Amino acid sequence: MIEMQKQETEPRIVAFVCNWCTYIAADAAGVARARYAPNVRLIRTMCSGRVDPQFILTAFEKGADGVLLCGCHPRDCHYSAGNYKTLRRYTLLKKLLSQMGFEDDRLRLEWISASEAEKFRKVVDDMTERVRKLGPLELNGGD
Amino acid sequence: MTEEPKIGVYICDCGFNIASVVNVPEVVDYAKGLKGVAVAREYKYMCSSPGQEMIQKDLREMGLNRVVVASCSPHLHEATFRRAAEAAGANPFLVHMVNIREQVSWVTKDPRRATEKAKALVAAGVARVALHSPLERRSVPVRSEILIVGGGIAGIQAALTAAEAGRHIYLVEREPSIGGHMAKFDKTFPTLDCAACILTPKMTAVKNHPNITLLSYSDVVSVDGFVGNFKVSVRRKPRYVDEAKCVGCFECIEQCVYKTAKFPSEFDLGLGKRKPIYIPFPQAIPLVAVIDPGTCIEFKTGHCKQTCVDACGDRDAIDFHQKEQLVDLDVGTIIVATGFHVFDASRMTNYGYGKLPGVYNALEVERLAASNGPTGGEFVLRDGRKPKAVAIVHCVGSRDEHYNTYCSKVCCMYSLKLAHLVKERTGAEIYNFYIDMRTPGKGYEEFYHRLIAENLHLVRGKVAEVTDIAEAPAEEGRLVVVAEDTLLGVIRRVPVDMVILSVAIEPQPDREDVRRMLNMSCSSEGFFLEKHPKLAPVSTMSDGIFIAGTCQGPKDIPETVAQAEAAAAEAIALTSKGSILLEPNLASIEEGLCSGCQVCIPLCPYNAIELDREKMVARISDVLCKGCGVCVAACPSGAISQRMFEDDQLLQEIEGVLSR
Repeated sequence: MIEMQKQETEPRIVAFVCNWCTYIAADAAGVARARYAPNVRLIRTMCSGRVDPQFILTAFEKGADGVLLCGCHPRDCHYSAGNYKTLRRYTLLKKLLSQMGFEDDRLRLEWISASEAEKFRKVVDDMTERVRKLGPLELNGGD
Repeated sequence: MTEEPKIGVYICDCGFNIASVVNVPEVVDYAKGLKGVAVAREYKYMCSSPGQEMIQKDLREMGLNRVVVASCSPHLHEATFRRAAEAAGANPFLVHMVNIREQVSWVTKDPRRATEKAKALVAAGVARVALHSPLERRSVPVRSEILIVGGGIAGIQAALTAAEAGRHIYLVEREPSIGGHMAKFDKTFPTLDCAACILTPKMTAVKNHPNITLLSYSDVVSVDGFVGNFKVSVRRKPRYVDEAKCVGCFECIEQCVYKTAKFPSEFDLGLGKRKPIYIPFPQAIPLVAVIDPGTCIEFKTGHCKQTCVDACGDRDAIDFHQKEQLVDLDVGTIIVATGFHVFDASRMTNYGYGKLPGVYNALEVERLAASNGPTGGEFVLRDGRKPKAVAIVHCVGSRDEHYNTYCSKVCCMYSLKLAHLVKERTGAEIYNFYIDMRTPGKGYEEFYHRLIAENLHLVRGKVAEVTDIAEAPAEEGRLVVVAEDTLLGVIRRVPVDMVILSVAIEPQPDREDVRRMLNMSCSSEGFFLEKHPKLAPVSTMSDGIFIAGTCQGPKDIPETVAQAEAAAAEAIALTSKGSILLEPNLASIEEGLCSGCQVCIPLCPYNAIELDREKMVARISDVLCKGCGVCVAACPSGAISQRMFEDDQLLQEIEGVLSR
């Protein structure tokens, strides 16, 4: 019965994307009419460095089964080095989440430049499939 | 926010773009039920005048205080809807856009799921906009000077247009002379007027214009600052000839200890020779000699007779001790016109370029055709023979999935032009091997028909191979072009004496450095990315930085010139008021919450945060902050916030997108 339910629910994924690279890639994916899974919903910030780890934890708390964090490639940040700060925070958060029992595939960091519409599509589809395999995230209230 | 949110939600059909996938009426009904929503409406084209008026009418008559527009990307129309709200007396930052076209209808197959996703995004937008506050843009002064990078026809045209409008221009060119690729051409299609006759007067105008500072033989090393206030550092390479003193008399070149020119001329692509001291071509601007320290005996041994110095005499222009110089410039806007690079045909080994001496790329043939070229305009092969039969191979490096999938746009036309020139001057038989003949443009198709009448052999088929291995007596000592004639359905072997490869237009090899320096993006092919392909074709995502010419994509001279003028107009328009308004998305610190821990200070890439030592709190400078939000995410006491991207706004958005 539980298995059945797992198959029926679509995974929900929040993607934090920066305004200059990945948001533009997503727009370009639209222009190219690239079809991808509707499971991923985008939240735009000016820089990926704006993404407070708290946002990611909140996303999980509010029902996300996966979180995708996207920014400009190293050396390409519109604000010169915001993405390096993102990388540091991601690495720490990843450790914390693993200690809390989160599967590795639930949080993913990807550098996607404005020209990489196809990469954006692939990442979204791949992330969706990986999270689908994991099934819904079940938070047990800290037991 | 004391006032209760009264939100209007406007959902666009975008013709069929959204409405054919998303069930818009269903999203409208759903939006009506969301907290704070006073009205939700559907319209066919929300960005059109009636659409905007619909929003304005509701703002005025229903007393709305928030607006959500669910339509296309905010990068396309956020400014449009903000302006509309402002015109109706509302603060523009109380408008929020939800992207249900690029992120939903264009990318989702299943209409059911697309509709659900659209609902979730609208819910997120509504929840977010409820927390928006009225904001003011900051006004900053802007400089009127324009930096133009690249002195080809695009940079030249942009410089002249803006200089005529009274702007001061710094035109930076890395070669010793401006003129770019166009200066290498003999004639231009479809009019067959000589390139020099239309280009060189413009080059001279650049030199003489009081509003243009020409920095040739120079490159841009760094660009700091932001729109309206860029700080640029330009490196002036040493010419070893004083530009202010040299009169371009050529005496030094004639008197050089090398009696004959023996080093490959860069301008003539190695087909001609130059001396260690040289002027790249007689019409060069500036008409100033340059010394190549790699070949000059004085530089190599320190024991040259320095006959050039004697020849220069009292003018005393030659200076072996000249050093590289860094020049700092303050400009308000930048136009990037860095041009293109021709495809390296040796990558297609089956065409024999670089191995078979009779195989040329089209740019080299332009130099052979040019009256100021190494052969004085005669088509003479490397072995001195005149060709009796010539093959022109189209699409070399273009429309080929192994190299570039795009069409370089100009090759069919320049191939036809070269066919005409070779035929006219040698009487040779000409074979054009093409995949598809593409000649759109004013007077272009007519040019094609004119060429057909000149008795060209037009062979439809991609060339498989160029070889010097003969299979028949008629092929002995010649080049053989092997291709399938797809109209006849036969494999043909055509013996010729000269093969011209119509090479692709590629992005410059150093475009990554330029892109990074100016904070631009590239398309997947490597051309600089415009802000919008139709509505902002010369703007970039970096405010104040514009692009023109082939650095943006393959194009011909008329298109390049049009783009250059557009870029000049955009640069002038942006700075004409003397000040511009910047987005209010800055970070600020709530002093009462700041513990003075200083975590934020080293994180700021712009040194915008300082510690107030008296109060032991951090302070952010409005002038220096660029609104990335990195410090906001780092503050352990939640003392820093970013306007337009407040924590609570983003948290509401997260909850909203997960609501369905």
